[in-house]
Amino acid sequence: MNFGFTEEQELLRAEVRKWLDENCPMDEVRAVSEAEDGEGFSRDHWKAIAELGWLGLVVPEEHGGAGLGQVDLVVLLEETGRSLFPSPLLSHTVAAGALLTVAGDAQRTRWLPALADGSAIGTLAVQEEPAAPGPDGVRLEGVADGDDVILRGQKRFVPHAAAADLFVAPFRGGDGLALACVPADAPGVRAEDWPGMDLTKRLGRVSFDGVRLPADAVAPLDEASLQRILDLGTTALTAEMVGAAEGAVALTAEFAKQRIQFGSPIGRYQGVKHPLAEMHVDVESFKSLVYYAAWCLDESPDEAPRYVSMAKALASEAFARIGIDAVQLHGAVGYTWEFDAHLYLKRSKWARPMFGDSEFHYERVARLGGL
Amino acid sequence: MDFTLTAEEEAFRDEVRAFLAEQLAPGVDKADPGFLAGWHRAVREKRWVGFSWPREVGGGGGSLMEQAILKEEMAKARAPSLGSCFMGLAWVGPALIAYGTEEQKQKFIPDILDGKYQWCTGYSEPDYGSDLGSLQCRAVREGDEYVVTGQKIWTSIAMWSKWIILLVRTSLHEDDKHKGITCLLVEMDSPGIDVRPIRNMGGGAMFAEVFFDGVRVPVENRLGEEGQGWRVTITALAHERSGIAEVESLLRGLEGLKALAAETGRAEEPAVRQRIARVETRIQAMRLNGLRALTRQIRGEPLGSETSVNKLTRANLEVEMGDFALELQGAAGPLVAGAEPVADGGRWQRMALGWPEVVIGGGTPNIQKNIIAERILGLPKD
Repeated sequence: MNFGFTEEQELLRAEVRKWLDENCPMDEVRAVSEAEDGEGFSRDHWKAIAELGWLGLVVPEEHGGAGLGQVDLVVLLEETGRSLFPSPLLSHTVAAGALLTVAGDAQRTRWLPALADGSAIGTLAVQEEPAAPGPDGVRLEGVADGDDVILRGQKRFVPHAAAADLFVAPFRGGDGLALACVPADAPGVRAEDWPGMDLTKRLGRVSFDGVRLPADAVAPLDEASLQRILDLGTTALTAEMVGAAEGAVALTAEFAKQRIQFGSPIGRYQGVKHPLAEMHVDVESFKSLVYYAAWCLDESPDEAPRYVSMAKALASEAFARIGIDAVQLHGAVGYTWEFDAHLYLKRSKWARPMFGDSEFHYERVARLGGL
Repeated sequence: MDFTLTAEEEAFRDEVRAFLAEQLAPGVDKADPGFLAGWHRAVREKRWVGFSWPREVGGGGGSLMEQAILKEEMAKARAPSLGSCFMGLAWVGPALIAYGTEEQKQKFIPDILDGKYQWCTGYSEPDYGSDLGSLQCRAVREGDEYVVTGQKIWTSIAMWSKWIILLVRTSLHEDDKHKGITCLLVEMDSPGIDVRPIRNMGGGAMFAEVFFDGVRVPVENRLGEEGQGWRVTITALAHERSGIAEVESLLRGLEGLKALAAETGRAEEPAVRQRIARVETRIQAMRLNGLRALTRQIRGEPLGSETSVNKLTRANLEVEMGDFALELQGAAGPLVAGAEPVADGGRWQRMALGWPEVVIGGGTPNIQKNIIAERILGLPKD
């Protein structure tokens, strides 16, 4: 039994941390995400992290990736979350995970090397309605035409829709569910980003207006595989939430040490000290669940769904509260654009509903626990 | 990360399971004194009482991982505790092993392992609970004796104990209040000791006030040096810190809650389902935090905040589970054992009135929050 990281994983964490500290400190996060007409991320960063191997972390070596596992991915995403790193990295990685779950040789060979070297930006286009995604919510329609499939419909709440080169999109065909690999430049595809609260994360809409796909752009999909894809995405997201929540706690604790009122740092008063301790307790608790869920995805898949849902349920609930408390404990400056507290609050609002909120996942925990 | 057991650990787990299956055959009455005596002898022969203590003092010399396995299997099998002298095994013994003289070890450790009698713990005082370091119960050296005068309170099972491990003040130091604290081992039938049980809100009496009026304690019953008492009591002991036994007990409570929701016909209500799932989620977070702490211990790394985090989580769960179970029972909630509509023999009502024992005992939640904020987050001390 060993519930800790390996030396290699600690090394990976240190490298990721170092790159982010040097290349994307908070003023750079703001410059990139607040840029008028920007894409919400930096193409220079994208090239750099591709070279560092972050984009192909879980892609097998035969397809140009590093062939690492979900726990390694957690290490990477915890750190990018801590920095509120503006990047399509998360959705890109989840798209690769979807391909690894169900795609056949044709789609793997066509897309995985491009995803691993960053020449294509991928995203998982699964959601259509505001409620949590799942097999029942897949309405995008695929009609067979000879060997081809014609897609009609739309996906919404798609991360970095405008920048993506590849949409990995579940649809409903004549034989039930299937997964399409849709290049963004295919005729009939239109994508746009919507304005959002969290400028470091983009969400948008993709419409498929009679998009013709060859048969080898489609992989078979069943409910269990789709659920697995969603669980991979959920866990990757919660890893970012661990880092971002810890970032919020660290920022607020630092402020509480510096800010003097009544002749003393406010962190000396229990009215400030205790909420901060509770924030720490909450992060530590969902962090353990995230780590274990990630381990289960690779090593004990039967256990994974329960722990993935426990992790997201607690993460959504706790991070939302942490975001609010971080702003509140800063006092009036927490309300300003200038101080960073609101960036974490906005991230918590973005992360809470993605892949299902607390209510959704607690219900799943109840069901899987025999209720 | 790796959650599998080694071949040796698996063999040990199988040995524990086989032992438990043999000892705890179906139908056996675990409260029967005859059974308990036999159980204790059998566990002692295995050297599973004082499992992690060195073999030369009569312990088992077991590893941290084996200890966690042992505790988990015992809790799952609902076995009676390993040994009957709770405080002796939890901290008197480990303190003796670390600081005791040869004579003290020989005099006390075998009796603790055999469960011959109970120990109680004299730390808290009426004016010094959370602020334990300021304690005032005084001991003055007179020749080969200390003369103890003062009062302790919240002393669990004082009325049934033969010995008390006592913290007293032997000197005053302006710079560091902890410097003047000394640890004494005192026989409870010494002249000058008066024990007065305190009735708790559940109606029972587990703890007591203990008064010391010129009680004479031989110097050879001092544990550690004079002024070393604080260290004697807080020494980081190499006992396993996963909290696995508490988690197993909470998991049993969770199963009870699920059954209660079904019995009361409320298991379909979304609000009920979510609250139960929330409880389950936090128990599992506690279990996994415990495994992270255990991993650190095995690696010889300093403990992080996992155990403080778990203490707070457990406190919240103890309060919430009992309270929620009462809510599920509707108007039967505020009734107690003996009333016909009460579920599960009044178990939940006992929990709803008994949580302070684990929530307040050993440090209130607010003190735990101070510890986390100051030691982990680096906030200034109060």
